[in-house]
Amino acid sequence: MDTVVDILLLAFLAICAISILRLRDLFAMTMMFGLFSLISAGLFTTMDAPDVAFTEAAVGAGISTILILATLAQTSRREQATPARSKLVPLAVVWVTGAVLIYGTADLPAFGDPEAPVHNHVGPHYIQESGKEIGIPNVVASVLASYRGYDTLGEVVVVFAAVVGVMSLLGLRRRPPGLRPARGKPDPNDVLKVIATMVVPVILLFALYVQFHGEYSPGGGFQAGVIFAAAIILYALVFGLDKARQVIPPKVLNRLPAVGVLIYGGVGVVTLLLGGNFLEYYALAEDAKTAQHMGILFIEIGVGVTVASVMLLIYFIFSERGRGKRPDEENSDGDGDGDGDGEGAVSRDAGGTA
Amino acid sequence: MPLLIDLLSWALILVGGAFGVIGGIGLLRLPEFFSRIHAASITDSMCAPCIIAGLMLQSGLTLVTVKLAFLVVFLFLTSPTASHALAKAALHGGMDPGRTRRLDGEAEG
Repeated sequence: MDTVVDILLLAFLAICAISILRLRDLFAMTMMFGLFSLISAGLFTTMDAPDVAFTEAAVGAGISTILILATLAQTSRREQATPARSKLVPLAVVWVTGAVLIYGTADLPAFGDPEAPVHNHVGPHYIQESGKEIGIPNVVASVLASYRGYDTLGEVVVVFAAVVGVMSLLGLRRRPPGLRPARGKPDPNDVLKVIATMVVPVILLFALYVQFHGEYSPGGGFQAGVIFAAAIILYALVFGLDKARQVIPPKVLNRLPAVGVLIYGGVGVVTLLLGGNFLEYYALAEDAKTAQHMGILFIEIGVGVTVASVMLLIYFIFSERGRGKRPDEENSDGDGDGDGDGEGAVSRDAGGTA
Repeated sequence: MPLLIDLLSWALILVGGAFGVIGGIGLLRLPEFFSRIHAASITDSMCAPCIIAGLMLQSGLTLVTVKLAFLVVFLFLTSPTASHALAKAALHGGMDPGRTRRLDGEAEG
């Protein structure tokens, strides 16, 4: 039964990938990417990896889809046609690379092979001893937050570096020069507002549950941060960017990514000062398991703060840029949202593929 | 009694699955955007809750059932809203529900 499900999901993945290649409408492509991530999440679930599935669904299908859509709102909906070139060389490169990769997989141990090196290195130790050494039921959380604390710190710094990059490219200004706010109010959307007021608090509560229950069930700082950011982004989509900006003032939000990394690194420094190694939580308290609990709790808070604020910041920066129009664009595209273009593009596409 | 519960849960799951297939067929076969939204929302509002109700019967009085109940409530709130938002966005974008305008851009009028 599992095999049938696996084969179906993998077939869907392949269909998704091929349709992404063939599509020219970037909007539809974004949706297919989201679907791809969701199917991957399903595959991870069938492989009993709910933590990974959770991350894939929250980050891949959720936040990154929203970020790509926010980007599309500022650029074009259509992929630009690439000039026709000889396809022989790229085809040869792809075939050779593919052949090498397939040849390489022949040496890999079979899927689920108990003799595979990955199952005989540190894996058994984590699975058998983490209950005694760390004392939390979720082995994934104890590996990520405690055994592999350095790696997770690296990941948090990568997320932090991403937002530093986005900020230095797109700027911290509320609106780039030359852009002025788009005219016309969006029509009031009472249904969305009522539902969003009901749903957003629940999502925030769920984010807190994922954050603080991550030691006992799938979840942790990364997933919680993304869910938290998703709630605020939903609020921003329904009630407008300015209202959402009032929830978390920019002054605070701009500093939060660094605060999260500082919390994480700070735990490491504290353990150093208390006489342990960097991120060796045993120094935090007398009882070994309490110490591990405290350390994991603190660094997960750091992870959550950084991830949530980074996602929010990137979304805010993207959508604030997209809100305005340059004066010279105003003349060519009068009504301001370019719907007429979409229709034409659709029919052109139909003509091209038929 | 367990047999009755099993039968009921399988009936619910099958009904849910049938609604999923009907929604899928409608999504492919119906002529224009707004009726397609209608077909898709059948999947949201009938297929998923029926299947989840069947699963709740299978899991009995456990924490899983509570989580599934939360899921149903969440789906009941969000799925129709998503359909509504989709229809409204299409209307805002200039699609006319009165005329049967084909999605693929042919056969206007």
